[in-house]
Amino acid sequence: MDAFLTSRIITDILEGLTNGMIYGLVALSLVLIWRSTGVLNFAQGAMAMFSTYLGMIIFAHDLSYWPLVAIAVFMGFALGGTTERVLVRHLYGKPEINPIVVMVGFLIVLEAVAAAIWSSTPRGIPNPFSPIDWQLQGKPIALSAFSVYEIVTALVVMTAVAVLFRFTKLGLQLRAAALAPEVSRLLGVRVSRMLTLGWILSTGVGTIAAVLVASNFFTGLNPQLMDSIFAFGFIAAAIGGLDSPVGAVVAGVILGIGLQFVGDFINSNAIILTALIILIVSLMVRPSGVFTRNTARRV
Amino acid sequence: MIDVDELSVSYGAVQALRGVSFQAETGKITAVLGANGAGKTTLLRTISGLKQPTSGTIHFDETPLTKTKPENIARLGVGHVPEGRGVISEFTVEENLRLGAMTAKVALAKGLAEQYELFPVLGERRKQHAAKLSGGERQMLAMSRALIAQPSVLLLDEPSLGLAPLVTAQLMHTIRDLCNSKSLTVILVEQNASSALRIADHAVILYLGRVVANDTAATVVADENLRQYYLGVVE
Repeated sequence: MDAFLTSRIITDILEGLTNGMIYGLVALSLVLIWRSTGVLNFAQGAMAMFSTYLGMIIFAHDLSYWPLVAIAVFMGFALGGTTERVLVRHLYGKPEINPIVVMVGFLIVLEAVAAAIWSSTPRGIPNPFSPIDWQLQGKPIALSAFSVYEIVTALVVMTAVAVLFRFTKLGLQLRAAALAPEVSRLLGVRVSRMLTLGWILSTGVGTIAAVLVASNFFTGLNPQLMDSIFAFGFIAAAIGGLDSPVGAVVAGVILGIGLQFVGDFINSNAIILTALIILIVSLMVRPSGVFTRNTARRV
Repeated sequence: MIDVDELSVSYGAVQALRGVSFQAETGKITAVLGANGAGKTTLLRTISGLKQPTSGTIHFDETPLTKTKPENIARLGVGHVPEGRGVISEFTVEENLRLGAMTAKVALAKGLAEQYELFPVLGERRKQHAAKLSGGERQMLAMSRALIAQPSVLLLDEPSLGLAPLVTAQLMHTIRDLCNSKSLTVILVEQNASSALRIADHAVILYLGRVVANDTAATVVADENLRQYYLGVVE
């Protein structure tokens, strides 16, 4: 059993799972914005990175890890809400390319500003979780206190989002505002507030992903923190279907594990190439996403 | 009471309503009739705040409704069942009702129980997606979703659209009963004039955005010319 748990295959699965949970979180945050406001937020990773800086650097000398995490997530909420009100609100109903261009621009601005203020040198974020892999009878198993922390946090956030949307009055209003804005208003739903709330929630989820990545001893906090992770999260969301939160999470995990095998058995340079091939093939076969239900709508 | 005074509405260069005035009395059914393009739907959309008038006013009792947001008009107790019903197909029957009950002052469980008693078929199908319902069931759900909020005014846009005559007759019967038992103020927009006139107290006929008749339903039914020229009811 121990030999099995430390085998190459299980090692790849565990490492891929840890990465995949992060891709899943980023994909989930993209789906939340897409479903509520129809905007493909290319600045999602950069906004999460920026909120993490705002939360983790300013009080870094005075506070311990958990309060810093809380401040970062709060900064994510604030940045998400402000961005929707100031930047995005005027773009609804415009051609789809407009918000994309604006958000790509915002991405570049945020990364440049972050580098100008805080420099591009990665900073370690001290945290209570050891990154050293555990051992079984002298052999390392691809799990550490830190990777368990990542997986558990991602699971908790995903569950919380699912519970919010499925079982609460607020979740019902968020979904209704996205699906049928006009009808929702006729029923008394404050749709405009729901759109802002969609961005607040989504940026919060993205920021939690960024905090996890930045807390990783081997990465550290830096302005390009989320670039490649955003790309994988985006691919996961596109494969899973931008309308499907469950699809985004599942696709993120599968992508993480699949790419780990590619890196281990083929070549680590083949990872991004494989991801793009998967994206292209899946978009050709199922343009609306693998997990999207094609519900026939009657008029 | 809903008091519409000299209401004009336009879509760009097209004027949909031209100086429309009438009153929908409390606890009564006011039928708004007319052909396609007469401005009936525009009238309801303006009352519930989805469309802003170019001039004129709408009052709900003493409260002005023009320049008020639709979500706030809904919270004042004006329920609008839109044309094509506006049931959210991706939601289950119960989720649609829960959404409707959001602004209600009574407890959700009590509201749901009341609606399932009024429309038993919705109770039987409460876990099903609204997409699976028949046309008549969807209409019931749309009405029920408006009613669960305990409105004092109900705006109904073409409830008979696409329904079989027997189902339409049942629906009209239900509307009349609700109006009587809850003293609802109903504005009933219909192209199907004869079935609407059967239950209405008052009738307003629109023709190309103007009011051409505004009288008791009995008077309108008795007026041969009105029926022939504006309502297309030929016996």
